[in-house]
Amino acid sequence: MSEAHHPAAAPPRAVPPAPDGDWPIATLTLRVNGQAHRLAMDTRTTLLDALRDHLGLTGAKPGCNQGACGACTVLIDGKRMNACLTLAVATQGQEITTIEGLAEGEALHPMQQAFIDHDAFQCGYCTPGQIISAVACIREGHAGSAEEIREFMSGNLCRCGAYPNIVKAVQDVAAKGGA
Amino acid sequence: MYDFAYHKPSSLADAVKLLAEDPDAKPISGGMTLLPALKHRLNMPTALIDLSGIAELRGIKREGDAIVIGAMVKHFEVATDPQIMAAIPALARMAATIGDTQVRNRGTIGGSLANNDPAADYPAAALALGATLITDRRQIPADDFFVGMFTTAMEPGELLIGVSFPIPEKAGYAKLRNPASRYSMTGVFVAKGPKGVGVGVNGAASCAFRQKEMEAALAANWSPEAVANIRQPANDLNSDIHGSAEYRANLVTVMAKRAVADAG
Repeated sequence: MSEAHHPAAAPPRAVPPAPDGDWPIATLTLRVNGQAHRLAMDTRTTLLDALRDHLGLTGAKPGCNQGACGACTVLIDGKRMNACLTLAVATQGQEITTIEGLAEGEALHPMQQAFIDHDAFQCGYCTPGQIISAVACIREGHAGSAEEIREFMSGNLCRCGAYPNIVKAVQDVAAKGGA
Repeated sequence: MYDFAYHKPSSLADAVKLLAEDPDAKPISGGMTLLPALKHRLNMPTALIDLSGIAELRGIKREGDAIVIGAMVKHFEVATDPQIMAAIPALARMAATIGDTQVRNRGTIGGSLANNDPAADYPAAALALGATLITDRRQIPADDFFVGMFTTAMEPGELLIGVSFPIPEKAGYAKLRNPASRYSMTGVFVAKGPKGVGVGVNGAASCAFRQKEMEAALAANWSPEAVANIRQPANDLNSDIHGSAEYRANLVTVMAKRAVADAG
């Protein structure tokens, strides 16, 4: 095969090319994981796409892209929400926390460690959303029983079916004093 | 999504003005329904008018014998507000079953009422409690507000600003959730209050409706047994891969019994 069929992998695209179309552009400031970012983007850009394509924060995942699977879950002013169903331009002035903002340097967040300890994932695609959601679930006071955890984690789907171990990870962190 | 301009007015007057100036602009509250619709290119608004910066649309207050909830109040707030939990606990419990936590943290009561999805929860409560829908220009009784599938009595450019629920003596809610989507297959809200007995049904037909035969039976005898033998005609009910019209008709009776039991 010619080289043309094997182009070198493109570097991660932190900043998309300058908008060249004839559509409305918003200039906005996103506050993500304690840092402010001044950005210009198409008004249609979801928070999920802004995080991934404009800031290179690819932890939050596009799953269903319509608010059903929770793979894109982030915290907005401390509350878990679907980043795919949130316009980036609507989050100005709010504090966004993604999976990249949980660890303290090299030290994993207790929920990240618990997911490893309890083998709470297989493919891992839903995991960032699960972990963010699990942190919020405990902070909301909804991790009292396995049944309660299942109900309040119902916005995060796992097609590998790691649910039993996800529940164990949440219970573990809740028992050790929370998230 | 098609492209759109984005405006975030800080007053109700500005929002109404923006909507009046551009008939193709659309208001957006939580966006839990509108954004998926835009992604599917089912809508092509020229502009989105974000209502989240308008203080007049927020807040929950008790006014006399009613609870008045601002259109931009989120499901999470309805589910956890101490005033609602004390005055209309069934409404708080209903809000706690909408979608999932991520949706409840962003979706709003005004958005849900104005969208009037056949499977939305609140319309059944509004009908059963005899609520009044408050817009920028008038007050509309719930009986006149929910006109049909995704259709309300509001005119183009009219903006819902809140809803007033008379405080009932008793109220209860029960629904069967689709196990995958968690949307209501059929839900029934029952209330006994200043305006008499109300029975509102969601999820079963193209639009939420009142089950008046059950209302009469419950007015005479407030007990699950009173509705146990009342059969909802299946003629106008939804039939789809999740359940037949006959199945939903049966659910109306079952959920009504459970809702009365829930009300106590």
